[in-house]
Order: sequence, then C-alpha cells, then structure tokens
Amino acid sequence: MVSRVTDDYMAMVMAGCVAVCEPAFWAGFDRASAQGFYDYFRQLTEYEPRRAARYHLPHYSWLCINPKESEDVGLAREVLAMIPDFLDRENVLGIGEIGLNKNTRNEMRILEEHVQLAAAHDQLILVHTPHLEDKWKGTRLILDVLSSEPRISPGRVIIDHVEEHTIGMVLDAGFWAGITLYPESKCTPARAVDMFETAGADRLWMNCACDWGQSDPLAVPKAAVEMRRRGHSEAQIEKLIFENPLRFLSQSPRFKVRE
Amino acid sequence: MDRRQLLDLYFIDARARLIDLAAFLDRLERAGAGEDFRAEAFLRALKELDKPGADRAKRVLLALSDPTQDPIAAASGKGACGAYPPFEDA
Repeated sequence: MVSRVTDDYMAMVMAGCVAVCEPAFWAGFDRASAQGFYDYFRQLTEYEPRRAARYHLPHYSWLCINPKESEDVGLAREVLAMIPDFLDRENVLGIGEIGLNKNTRNEMRILEEHVQLAAAHDQLILVHTPHLEDKWKGTRLILDVLSSEPRISPGRVIIDHVEEHTIGMVLDAGFWAGITLYPESKCTPARAVDMFETAGADRLWMNCACDWGQSDPLAVPKAAVEMRRRGHSEAQIEKLIFENPLRFLSQSPRFKVRE
Repeated sequence: MDRRQLLDLYFIDARARLIDLAAFLDRLERAGAGEDFRAEAFLRALKELDKPGADRAKRVLLALSDPTQDPIAAASGKGACGAYPPFEDA
C-alpha cells in the first residue's frame, strides 16, 4: 500500500475489507544500499500501520529482500541480517514475498537463506512466483527449495500468483496457493473462479495486486461478484475470500480481525 | 452453470477478445515479414485452442513458458517478455 493513496484504504473499507497484508516488494528501482531497506522496513512496520489505522483497517506486513534485488548477493545478505531486528514488530506476520524472478543461481541462494531464516524464527512464509514465461520453471524450483528444508511445514507457506499451469503442483505438494488478481496482463476474476471450481477451495485464496503499476485494490470484491454471477453460494464466497485467508494468517498469533 | 448459461454470460466478451486477437494478427501481417520469437510462440500457443480438452488455458501457458529445469547463471534484466526464446534448446 506504500504505492497507493488513502482513497484506496477508504474504498477497501467500504467494500468490506477487514485487514490488509502488505509484503515487502520491489519499489520499481533498485535500492542503493541496505540502509534503504532499513527505512522501507520502518515504513512497513511503523508508518503504514498508522496510515491504515485512520481508516480502522488493521495493517500487517511481511519482510524480506524481494527476488528482483537478490541478484546482488552481498546486498541481499546485509538486508537479511537486519530482518531479525524487525520480526518482533507487532504487525509482522512472517517472511515475504520471497521467491524467484528470473530463476538465477543467486536468486536461488538468497531464497534458500530466506527459507532458513524463516525456519530458524518459526515464521510464516509468503512466496512470490516469477512472471510470465518464467513462472512454471520458477515455481518448480521454489517447491524444490521449500521441500528440501525439513523444518518448513507446507501448511505454513503460501505460494502466490499461481495460474492454471502451476496451481496443481503447489496444492499437490501441500502448500497454500494464492491467486493474484490484476485488471490486465495476469489473472482475471473469471480465470480465478475457474481455478476455484477445478482445484477446490481447501488451501486457496485470492488477493489484489496493489502496487505502483496498473492494479486494483478492489479486485477481490469484484471476483466475489463474478462468483455470484456463476451461481456460487454466499457460504462458498465467504470461505474463499474470508475464511481461508483467516485460517492461514491466524497461524500467526499477531493476526486479529473483527469477525 | 450449464453450457447455455455460460454462453449467455461469457460469449459476447469472448467474441470481442477473439476479434481483438484476429486484429492483432492482422496488424502483425500488415507490418510485414520478420522473425520474432514472441510471434512464433504466440502462433504456436494459438494452436492449443483448437485441440480438445478442458485444459486449454494450462496448455497455452505451458506453450509460452521456459521449459528448462536448471537455474540460469545470471539474468540479462529483471523483466519478463511473455515467451521463451530458445525453442531449439527445449
């Protein structure tokens, strides 16, 4: 939400949103130093929760150096070293969004180190999967990394941005799957509902991209409208857009929402 | 929903997208000849639409995906272009 205006918070609250979860992500440019991440983590854990609180919206965050900046292993390790100091902040849910971007060896190294950090501190994990042509291969590599760390429980990891060619491998491996909705270029509400209908809703949720590109903080409520158009019951909609995220996120004792 | 209901709900939208696809291919044609791996991948993925089975979206996505298994040494940039170039390596 650091890229959005407060009008978005107002719109989300009016649409029924009861909490916002914001992962550390790429700013659209590479930070020049680890100090830039220190300031960013303060923004995510101090300032942004206060901004959301003006709209009575609880704000939670995930911390990491995102894969787009993990090609510089030296910088990434400096950032990794400062994350434990922020893990006891009251709005931090875990490590994320970690993962891969172009599926490079350095990205893999830093992903492995993030996973070890999460395991050592018993943190939930939010995983970003690569875009477009890199997603299928990257998702397979990410599953290999996660599955090779015995301290990681798949039920405490959500692998985000799944599409029709990756959702099966994620769910089959026991992880949660997230569908990220975009107004263009990636998954639409209609395709998200297709995946819900074919894959089931046991370990599935939907989320809105709310970044500096074309994105829509109300994409999940719009997907709920799509589900109603298809004849799904209010109970099914409630399970997918509220109960499932609540079930996953409540594994962190910090996560609390008004029910 | 049954087939009729799905058509009632989505046909007009899908029809519009189909015409958009056709217009895009026309635009490429008018631009003249020239090799580009994205256009080749697009045309190959398009063939998946005409094959039977309720997994066309998955097959189209796979047709546009990097099929290799190992991490690469280094990336030339951060962005993705939507298609995988070295088909001869697949």
